[in-house]
Amino acid sequence: MGGSQTRPEQNQYQDLVQKTGFSLEQIKNLHKRFRQLSENKETISRESLEKVVSLANNPIKKQIIEAFFDKRNQGQDEAGSSQEIGFEQFLKVMAHFRPPTLKTSPEEREAMRKEKLRFLFNMHDTDSDGTITLAEYRTVVEELLSRSGTMGGEAARAIADAAMLEVASTNVPHMAPDDFYEGITFEHFEQILKGLEMETRMHIRFLDVDTTTMHCGKSTS
Amino acid sequence: MWASVLSARLWPRTLLLLSLCCVGGKCEIEKSEPSATTGIKPFHHDLDEPQAFPDEERASLPVFTMDYPRVQVPIEFTLWVLLASFAKIGFHIYKNITIWIPESCLLISIGLVVGAIMHSVKEEPPAVLTSDVFFLYMLPLIVLENGYFMPTRPFFENVGTVLWYAVVGTLWNSIGIGLSLYAICQIEVFGVQDINLQENLLFASIISAVDPVAVLNVFDDVGVNEQTHIVIFGEGLFNDAVTVVLYSMFSFVADMSAVESTDVLLGGARFFVVGTGGFLFGLVFGFAAAFTTRFTHNARQIEPLFVFMFSYLGYLIAELFAISSVLAIITCAITMKYYVEENVSQRSCTTIRHVVKMLATISETLIFFFLGVVTITTEHEWNWGYILFTLLFALLWRGIGILVLSQIVNPLRTIQFTFKDQFGLAYGGVRGAICFALVFTMPDSINRKNLFVTASIAVIIFTVFIQGISIRPIIEYMNIRRTNKDSSNINVEIHNRAMEHIVCGIEDLCGQWSHYYWKDKFKKFNDRFLRRILLRDNRAESSIVSLYKKLELQTAIDLLDTPVGDLSAAPSIVSLYDEKKGASRPKKKFLAADVRRMHDILAKNMYRIREKTMAYTNKSNLPDNSRAREILIRRHASIRRSLRSESLREMAAPNVSKSQKYYSLQPGVDPEVAFPLRRRSHGGVSPSSSSRWLTSVRKLKTVTEAGSRGSRPEGVVVVDERRPYPREKTPVAAPRKHTFEDGGESVAPPPLPAPPGWMPDNRNVRKNEAGDPLLGKMSHDSQASGR
Repeated sequence: MGGSQTRPEQNQYQDLVQKTGFSLEQIKNLHKRFRQLSENKETISRESLEKVVSLANNPIKKQIIEAFFDKRNQGQDEAGSSQEIGFEQFLKVMAHFRPPTLKTSPEEREAMRKEKLRFLFNMHDTDSDGTITLAEYRTVVEELLSRSGTMGGEAARAIADAAMLEVASTNVPHMAPDDFYEGITFEHFEQILKGLEMETRMHIRFLDVDTTTMHCGKSTS
Repeated sequence: MWASVLSARLWPRTLLLLSLCCVGGKCEIEKSEPSATTGIKPFHHDLDEPQAFPDEERASLPVFTMDYPRVQVPIEFTLWVLLASFAKIGFHIYKNITIWIPESCLLISIGLVVGAIMHSVKEEPPAVLTSDVFFLYMLPLIVLENGYFMPTRPFFENVGTVLWYAVVGTLWNSIGIGLSLYAICQIEVFGVQDINLQENLLFASIISAVDPVAVLNVFDDVGVNEQTHIVIFGEGLFNDAVTVVLYSMFSFVADMSAVESTDVLLGGARFFVVGTGGFLFGLVFGFAAAFTTRFTHNARQIEPLFVFMFSYLGYLIAELFAISSVLAIITCAITMKYYVEENVSQRSCTTIRHVVKMLATISETLIFFFLGVVTITTEHEWNWGYILFTLLFALLWRGIGILVLSQIVNPLRTIQFTFKDQFGLAYGGVRGAICFALVFTMPDSINRKNLFVTASIAVIIFTVFIQGISIRPIIEYMNIRRTNKDSSNINVEIHNRAMEHIVCGIEDLCGQWSHYYWKDKFKKFNDRFLRRILLRDNRAESSIVSLYKKLELQTAIDLLDTPVGDLSAAPSIVSLYDEKKGASRPKKKFLAADVRRMHDILAKNMYRIREKTMAYTNKSNLPDNSRAREILIRRHASIRRSLRSESLREMAAPNVSKSQKYYSLQPGVDPEVAFPLRRRSHGGVSPSSSSRWLTSVRKLKTVTEAGSRGSRPEGVVVVDERRPYPREKTPVAAPRKHTFEDGGESVAPPPLPAPPGWMPDNRNVRKNEAGDPLLGKMSHDSQASGR
């Protein structure tokens, strides 16, 4: 697309195709978007993502933005979060949302599902200690229900509590009297969300055509 | 064996029917002229006292008369419906039958049997199924039910695909079958050369009408993946619209001697006019109905009426202008459902759903039944070649059609149809009621009508029996991708919502559109305009919270509406009391334990109930109320237990144990196992179920927690919302919180005084629940856990 691609970029794209599983076209599109968001700089920071207008109505906007900067989503085992991310990290986060195709094998689907669950888990586990504690879960539910009017806060707490209870009872059914359920670990998380239809919901159709120029009102300010 | 049971039921009915037929003479739909004998009666009525007085001695006064022709039509209609309903009851006695044999098969079989009987006594079936009766009375009911119970979210997510298969698929089928049959007709051997192209096309358009009722039940049971399910559901629904349009077009054209190309273009244009017109009409009437229900809060009894009248009116007015009435009524139902259900009372909501289902069942049952009868009793024209080829082409073109259409549409979809899905779609193309009714009501000017009737009956019987019966083992064998509907899980629900928002957010970040974008836009539009105008009580609420509230209310009222027998199946206070006594429980542990359990059970209930609404899309069953009822019974029981604990209150140790435990009824435990309230045997249920319930709860309780003073568990206080809510409840939740977070602190909650004079009455407990159980619970819980 366009003759402005230089050699190093081509190689870089090929590289990224391997690493993330996107197609070349998709990567080019996303790079365009990245440049838009970052105002043509090499990295983006939280502020640049905050500027996306349409994100303002999203109840879990903070968590989503945070997810980009979370090092755990980069596929390594580091914890903590970066201040700024480059294009490759941007892509890696986006790669969590690739849809399965007809050609995806069952093992790949399993892996994708696990990846997506991991993404969700990381999103909830804000202190990176490997478990989702009740306080963290409460925050999640409160944020989700934060647009729901006056009932939201209290109902959220109740729902979060019930959810924790559910996880605990499913995963650790025979707790001794003095046990304390620390928090949801990733295995428990997987277990409780077995019924969740991720394959059909949690994906984005990354377009192969250039849409960034096709719509108005969606560009960042 | 079951046949004998059924025929045992049938015999008295059929004998009655036959005797009435014989007395009434040949059955006709027109009001028969009063015969000579009946003509005298009115005269007598004027003169005499009511005939019950038997003491008149005049020979001319009939003591006992029978005026059959006057009531003939209603009586026969009623008898037929009753007969079919008895048959349905009969099927469900042997549960396994309905698993393997779809109901439509059984209905047709019964029809065949009755037809055989009638034929053997040389009677004819009542000529009730005319074109008008079908189009004006029966079809709208069937289609209304389909539209009303359409699962909207999957539908709108797949709307393009559904319409693609429905419209283009039906066109493909009709034209393909029509042309191939026409080609066959040219072959002299079969002797059907007099059928011209228009008639072939007409017949083909009728034959392509897919009616996958039977298949949908199988898909529901097996849990086939959502995409395939909604495609077949939507296709079956919308291709009714397409078929009816094509039918009217082709029957008009069939009368014409020759077809010009302009006619074809006009046909196409008409298609669009009809389609969009129907859609718009539907929207208008849907919004009108929604708007009207905004004001009905003082006239609750007639609320269901609006739903039916507006949809029917929409249908009729669309018929008036000869635009697609089917599409109008579908759109009306879909539009109106969302707003109406928020405006009307719970009872009306239930009433509407039940009545819609009931009417549709009657209509469909009658049609299938009639099919069976007609099969035996009409004179058929059998033509091996034509009929076999019809069958062959019907199957072939459908298979090819699905294949080709899927290839075209798959690249445009994110979740693509695998070959297994496609096979399921193609094999599920069972013909049914609409096909038969349309062919039966073809104008008589078509000279080979009998052949068409025979051919379509053959196709229907073949597809319904062979495909309907075999699809279940095939689907299960094929291991088609399934949707896990077991989302009876708070966590799943929360994460569903979270995922939606995440995907939406990421899409925004990517700068892309998708259907989430449109969904979002529509939601905003809905919130800003539509809800304000159409809803009486517009409070923007999270769908999670509002859905739960609504469903809890509905279930509570459902429970109250059930026959007393079922309520008695719930553990009563007395029986629980006895149970408790027997259970040598040294201490009553309340508080954090109870509170949490209450709370948890309630929260759990929300999800099971949500599951219930999913089941509404099952065409032949209403949702299984027993489970929902059992949930509420559990809750009642738990509340009553706590009440009782309260009344037998002993001061437990004031310290709350440090550890907090999470417990609940294990989600893994199948509630059907633990709570066999499913069997609605009034009686044997209560003691065992309550004890078992207590067992499971007891399991929970053994995770001891020295509860502090018996403060009222939340659920209990909640019920009686009229009392001023004791503020001191706030600390109750404190231990819970602390223990969650700190994990080690023992906190002594301050003692709570009993709310003044609160003595629950068994009845009142339940009655109060009807008012605002969950709302109460939510708000009180909120206050409790609020900091």
